[in-house]
Amino acid sequence: MERMSFDLAQVPLREVNTFLHKDAPARGVRQVVVTNPDGAHNIAVGLDCPVEVEVHGHAGYYAGGMNKTGTVTIFGSAGTGVAENMMSGRVHVKGFASNGAGASMHGGLLVIDGDAGLRCGISLKGGDIVVGGSVGSFSAFMAQAGRMVICGDAGDALGDSLYEAVLYVRGNIKSLGADAQIEPMTEADFATVKELLTAAGMQHDPHDFKRVASARNLYHWNADADQEY
Amino acid sequence: MSSNEHPAKPVVKEESFGYDRKTIDYIRNAAAHGLYEIRGMGAKRQLPNFDDLVFLGASLSRYPLEGYREKCSTKTVLGTRFAKKPIELEIPITIAGMSFGSLSANVKEALGRAATEVGTSTTTGDGGMTQEERQSSKTLVYQCLPSRYGFNPDDVRRADAIEMVIGQGAKPGGGGMLLGQKVSPRVAKMRTLPAGIDQRSACRHPDWTGPDDLAIKIHEMRELTDWEKPIYVKVGATRTFNDVKLAVHSGADVVVVDGMQGGTAATQTCFIEHVGIPTLAAVRQAVDALEDLDMKGKVQLIVSGGIRTGPDVAKALAMGADAVSIGQGVLIALGCNHDSWFQNGAHHDATADYAALGTAPGYCHHCHTGKCPVGITTQDAVLEQRLTSEVGARHLKNYLKTLNMELTTIARACGKQSVHHLEREDLVALTLEAAAMARVPLAGTNWIPGVSGF
Repeated sequence: MERMSFDLAQVPLREVNTFLHKDAPARGVRQVVVTNPDGAHNIAVGLDCPVEVEVHGHAGYYAGGMNKTGTVTIFGSAGTGVAENMMSGRVHVKGFASNGAGASMHGGLLVIDGDAGLRCGISLKGGDIVVGGSVGSFSAFMAQAGRMVICGDAGDALGDSLYEAVLYVRGNIKSLGADAQIEPMTEADFATVKELLTAAGMQHDPHDFKRVASARNLYHWNADADQEY
Repeated sequence: MSSNEHPAKPVVKEESFGYDRKTIDYIRNAAAHGLYEIRGMGAKRQLPNFDDLVFLGASLSRYPLEGYREKCSTKTVLGTRFAKKPIELEIPITIAGMSFGSLSANVKEALGRAATEVGTSTTTGDGGMTQEERQSSKTLVYQCLPSRYGFNPDDVRRADAIEMVIGQGAKPGGGGMLLGQKVSPRVAKMRTLPAGIDQRSACRHPDWTGPDDLAIKIHEMRELTDWEKPIYVKVGATRTFNDVKLAVHSGADVVVVDGMQGGTAATQTCFIEHVGIPTLAAVRQAVDALEDLDMKGKVQLIVSGGIRTGPDVAKALAMGADAVSIGQGVLIALGCNHDSWFQNGAHHDATADYAALGTAPGYCHHCHTGKCPVGITTQDAVLEQRLTSEVGARHLKNYLKTLNMELTTIARACGKQSVHHLEREDLVALTLEAAAMARVPLAGTNWIPGVSGF
């Protein structure tokens, strides 16, 4: 199995991404190491083969964006929109993640060992997000499907205008958004949390988590709601 | 006989200007329902538009081209700034973004077929790309919207261009809507939503805020497609001068400016009629922005919102657009607001179905109900059969051909070998409003209100 290494201090990003899109699947390269990312945006976006990309350092915006079947591990922190619109595969941030982590993800697993900023899991359409630390305000805004496990605290307006996504929170929730409600954990929920924690390599007791889901009161226009949404 | 034995009978009933019957209806409706009106189509109010401009055809001071013999090119290239594979079209008239969901799958296919036959592009909408439209469209522009419904990197790779949608003319600053009756199981699956819910799209993109972020987002799309595909940025017309500059700054290859006459399948009426500026005003601001940045001809401009006729296209191009985009006119060509529908070789009267919606042919704006009497803006399994893609494509092809012939007729009359040679100097205005907005002189004068002294 061929392993390739790119030094972003020497090689333009465009070459690296083109290699990942075209040469990696054609040559069967399964491991690519990126060094000196220095906060570059759009590292390893649009992966479309089961390649493993290691980023040694901090990544800028949209690292691993729109990933399909690839694996991206960032040994550092990630900027806005890490793993945005991921379809499948896995993105793992060893440090912290900025705003909009996992925005509009359709599938796959996003693991953030540290904290995530504002709007983590916004517009989520599937897949799973596990955050080792806390998430900022407006996380899971309009999240449609998929699951989020938050091992720390959640900021304001968690799950505002939530559709069918389900959130599990271990710490405090500063406030819930419109139409989000805390629901009792079932055996299936405990199993889900355990499964996701295991997949993320984190160890917590599933019984410490709360379940947040949609009350489904915003699904239809309601004249008597007095615009409280 | 005293004067009060025959009191004067009033001969007129005076309707209040401020509280006319339309306003009374509006207030009664609000009082009855406690909810604003949601409807389809674009602004219905009278606005300054391209009809308020006329061309100065050639005469002694300019030399015309022979109407039917001499060449007048309509070839149009979009996306020359950064993309390795710019879009090459036979005509400068494209099909605007309209979603599967708002439109039936048959209609989406008809748009693709007709566009392919005349050599132009179609555009997806809020809700993702359907197989029908990809297969039927030679050139397909894939929209990236705030909702990201069905947004998929495979479709990005299958698209010919990407359009970052910031807003639309019918509702700049607002997100889309699709009421429950149109959220069929197929639509729901494509959008990852429960079927039958009243769907509200986000108005802001989930992963960027502001033009500096947009530049990085556009860069992501370029990296994802290895810099092959043109990136359009579409804005609803409001602060168009600034918005176009920011779109250029963000790295757009093409800017799409949609004026307030632009249509919608479901939006609050207050939004449609009261937010945004007319297309005529917007196109001038957009061109000014490109000229100010010395980007005219480097970044292409597409104008949409109330483009209906060949003369509309010609005037938009003369004002400085590189192409136009049409939505509502296209649907009307397919039979929107027609009194009948055509099936199995016969016309079938649709007026009863219009009446059931509380409307009539020529007045219908009930796209939001999903009960389109002519089978266009519907997901209903029975209604959607009222327009087959074959019939739709034939009518649309005729419409686009007509517009293009009108466009070249005018261009030749102005002495242009290419429709892109039409220029502002060829236009004058018939009204003060149009003269001021388009900044072309009032006909027969040198006066441009706000620019030159009277």
